[in-house]
Amino acid sequence: MSGSGEPVDLRAVVVASITLGAAVGVFGVAFGVGAVSAGGSVAQACVLSLAVFTGASQFSAVSVVAAGGTTGAALGGAILLAARNCVYGLTMSRVVTGSLPRRLVAAQLVIDESTAMATAQNDRRAQQLAFWCTGATIYVCWNLGTLVGALAGTAIDPQTYGLDAAFPAGFVAMVAPHLRHRVGLTAAVLGAGICVALIPFTPVGVPILCAAAAVLVGIPDRTVAARVAIDTVGAP
Amino acid sequence: MTWTLVALLAAAAYACKVTGMVLVGGRRMPPVLDRCLALVPAALIAALVVKDTFSTGDQLVLDARAAGVGVAAIAAWRRAPLIVVIVLGAAVTALVRRVAGGG
Repeated sequence: MSGSGEPVDLRAVVVASITLGAAVGVFGVAFGVGAVSAGGSVAQACVLSLAVFTGASQFSAVSVVAAGGTTGAALGGAILLAARNCVYGLTMSRVVTGSLPRRLVAAQLVIDESTAMATAQNDRRAQQLAFWCTGATIYVCWNLGTLVGALAGTAIDPQTYGLDAAFPAGFVAMVAPHLRHRVGLTAAVLGAGICVALIPFTPVGVPILCAAAAVLVGIPDRTVAARVAIDTVGAP
Repeated sequence: MTWTLVALLAAAAYACKVTGMVLVGGRRMPPVLDRCLALVPAALIAALVVKDTFSTGDQLVLDARAAGVGVAAIAAWRRAPLIVVIVLGAAVTALVRRVAGGG
């Protein structure tokens, strides 16, 4: 998050990744508890976290199952929530390059947090470090948390400690660098507006997907700000 | 919960990620697409913030989270480190929730 020209503080990136991972771990515990109380086995809870590894989809699927919904209903909502990772993947493919096996592994780590942390950096090396460090830390914490929660069966309530606000708070910090140029600010305001407008009327997951339409403000190539936006993610 | 659900969800989730990252993302794209993709984090993460702050399921709500995330936003704008922003957001939310008695 340092300006171009300043030395990039890679240590700060690592510390921030680990902090985020710890917060995610608590939600992993909550997920493990939820999965088991929805009738899943410990193994099913763990395989979901290892293989699906996108929290919102997992919570959604488990809550539909717990409410007595069909496999189809559980799958539909969860896939809507997972679809944004496709858009994140497109963006992150600009940052994470290399051999095919390396990119296949990276793909599994493409989630809200890793994308947000990476694109909040304005130096290619820091972006790559932030992606891998955040992705790996969260992968470990999320899965450990799931195992603990599934085995223990009781969790601390994340709400007691305000941990449900930890994510939007973290995301605010990660979106901030994008708001310092005009086209980024426009896209953010539009994306947030689309999302809020759709929340009461569309299934969970759809508002976030539709918010992606806000990137169309990037079509006109007339401002210096547009180039700054590209530099934030794309240019070496 | 069935293993079918677990397997199908795992396959679908990875398919989403790999389509973006590897199948489509590896190619050279026209500059206009690059400009739009650069704006994805701004648009989607801003949307996540308002969703996580102002909604529960499909209901728009105003509760303790708004205070916590508001304080976090001020800290973020003043370039506070991420840890400080997250801890402030959670602590203020927990405090307001406790004072308000539930929220």
